[in-house]
Amino acid sequence: MNLAIRDIRHKLSRFLLTALGIGLLLMIVMGMAGIYQGFTEDALSFLNRAKADLWIVQKATRGPFAEISRIPWDLEDRAYAVTGVAGARAFVTQIIQREYQGKPLRLVVQGLAWPRDDGSELPLMAGRALGQAHYEMIADRTLGLRLGDRVPLGKDVYTVVGITAGMAGPTGDGFAFFMIPDAIAIQYDTPGEAIRLEREARRSRLQQQDLGNTQPVLLERAAGPASQLPALGTQYVSAIMVNVEPGVDPARVAKVISGWNDVTVYPNDVQRDLMLKSIERNRKQLGMFRTLLVIISAIIMALILYTLTLEKMHDIAMLKLMGARNRTIVALILQQALLLGALGYGLAYGIGLWVYPYFPRRVAITNVILVQLALVVLAISIISSLLGVWKAMSVQPNEVLA
Amino acid sequence: MRATIQPDAASVEAQSLTKVYGHGNTEVVAMHEVSFQVRRGEVVALVGPSGAGKSTLLTAIGLVNPPTSGRITISGCPVLDGPRSLVNLRSFRRKHIGFVFQKANLIPFLSAVENVQVAMEINDAPPRKARKRALELLDYLGVADRSHNLPSTLSGGQQQRVAVARALANDPSLILADEPTAALDSHRGRQVMELFRMVAHEHEAGVIVVTHDHRALDVFDRILEMEDGVLRPASTGSSGS
Repeated sequence: MNLAIRDIRHKLSRFLLTALGIGLLLMIVMGMAGIYQGFTEDALSFLNRAKADLWIVQKATRGPFAEISRIPWDLEDRAYAVTGVAGARAFVTQIIQREYQGKPLRLVVQGLAWPRDDGSELPLMAGRALGQAHYEMIADRTLGLRLGDRVPLGKDVYTVVGITAGMAGPTGDGFAFFMIPDAIAIQYDTPGEAIRLEREARRSRLQQQDLGNTQPVLLERAAGPASQLPALGTQYVSAIMVNVEPGVDPARVAKVISGWNDVTVYPNDVQRDLMLKSIERNRKQLGMFRTLLVIISAIIMALILYTLTLEKMHDIAMLKLMGARNRTIVALILQQALLLGALGYGLAYGIGLWVYPYFPRRVAITNVILVQLALVVLAISIISSLLGVWKAMSVQPNEVLA
Repeated sequence: MRATIQPDAASVEAQSLTKVYGHGNTEVVAMHEVSFQVRRGEVVALVGPSGAGKSTLLTAIGLVNPPTSGRITISGCPVLDGPRSLVNLRSFRRKHIGFVFQKANLIPFLSAVENVQVAMEINDAPPRKARKRALELLDYLGVADRSHNLPSTLSGGQQQRVAVARALANDPSLILADEPTAALDSHRGRQVMELFRMVAHEHEAGVIVVTHDHRALDVFDRILEMEDGVLRPASTGSSGS
């Protein structure tokens, strides 16, 4: 006969309510672990997707994941020329906040090297990849944009043609993918007056040179957008991502590029570590909070089990008087603790599945998290029952007579 | 030491039991040189005023509160020599002693039949066999129709019958009852006392009942009277044996 089950059955509603309380607490612990994991996955989502072997960044900087890095976009072509390089793509990223339909819209602007990279490898859940050279964007669903939405950014309006899932940056803001010139235009958007002054200054500088006087068409072009002036103004990007040919050692290519005096080159692992370091404090903070919650859960469970045991002290004394072995009494308390833990865990998982999607940041519940929490709950259940077991062991059978 | 039971031996034999609480100036002698014997099938009442040492004696022979000195033998097996255990007391209690109290002390989350069954399962009886015997005992004690009720839904008398069934569950050679009728009216109290007599005779168990209820003393085979921790010369109950 299982005494634990029968005791629970006797006070089922109270047990379920207690399990619900424990479950909600464990749901927070599970959620913390999921947010912790979400930080990492968000931070690495682009890096994992980009699958670059090398990152070329501004000389003496550690790259865009650690600090501001600006290198000429045409460095992409220089990288292409290195033996063993299969591909080179510019990397442009920036977090911006604009107002859209009366609400703040915070997004990570990410450049795609269209037409080589049109975003078709992104995890699209609706719509399509970029289909033209300008004024289209792919937005992550966390941004709340819908297909066909027209979003004004800078001087231009961009149409949402695709929706991705699970593409958020290290800050939790959703990605928005544009082609690189558009991303640069958004990144370096300047007020109209500043543009007019710059165009006039540009025209004036050109007029003072022979080139401007001998090629009048250049004077006309100088009055146009900076992005259409590759011959006159260098455009900058944050980094260049390089992929090497199959069988080529990335270190060998890196050695060649590191010989250039205007850039620094890093393998992908270093950028990955830099990205993780950028969120290290947040991860540690969450980790500490999660540890505290586990301790609090253990204390609360111990108090609940102790109280449940105290209520049964007379019955335990009676069982001892009848000659029950210690293991019968330990099993009664331990099984209740394990059932409470198991039910709490199940409720945490069930409620979590329902609640986590409403969290503002991604809560990534992985199998590893589920197994880890199950082990933690098992340990908590056992440890928290010790107080009750100790109390039960201390009761004397003759206390029944009291 | 392995407990060896002699079926023909007395149910319990107490020799010079003395129990002293505290020491020095706070020393209290609760029981002094108490010796007696209860045969199998004999129902003995233990009477006396409050503080006479009845409960001390009962808990001593119930192996939950060992005496300071003296010797206890149950069914021919020496179990206590002063405070020193000669057998595993908890195991011995489980197999050979049944208890009934003023309050039934049934486990509230178990049904009547489960309260009886658990006593047998504690003693390693297979659950099905224990269940069958528990139902038989409840039937024997006239509460079979309440076997699936929780204790809270039973009357005081019914609870005491279930408690008696539990005490009988492992076919003990000794049943100890501490004021089992105190919470019952006189009619039901007498019924319970007669139940003990029936149980003692039919199950060949020695029964010792601590009681203040002098109206039912005629049910007992023998009456032991305690006063100031000392056992008075025994008087005879209804049977005159």
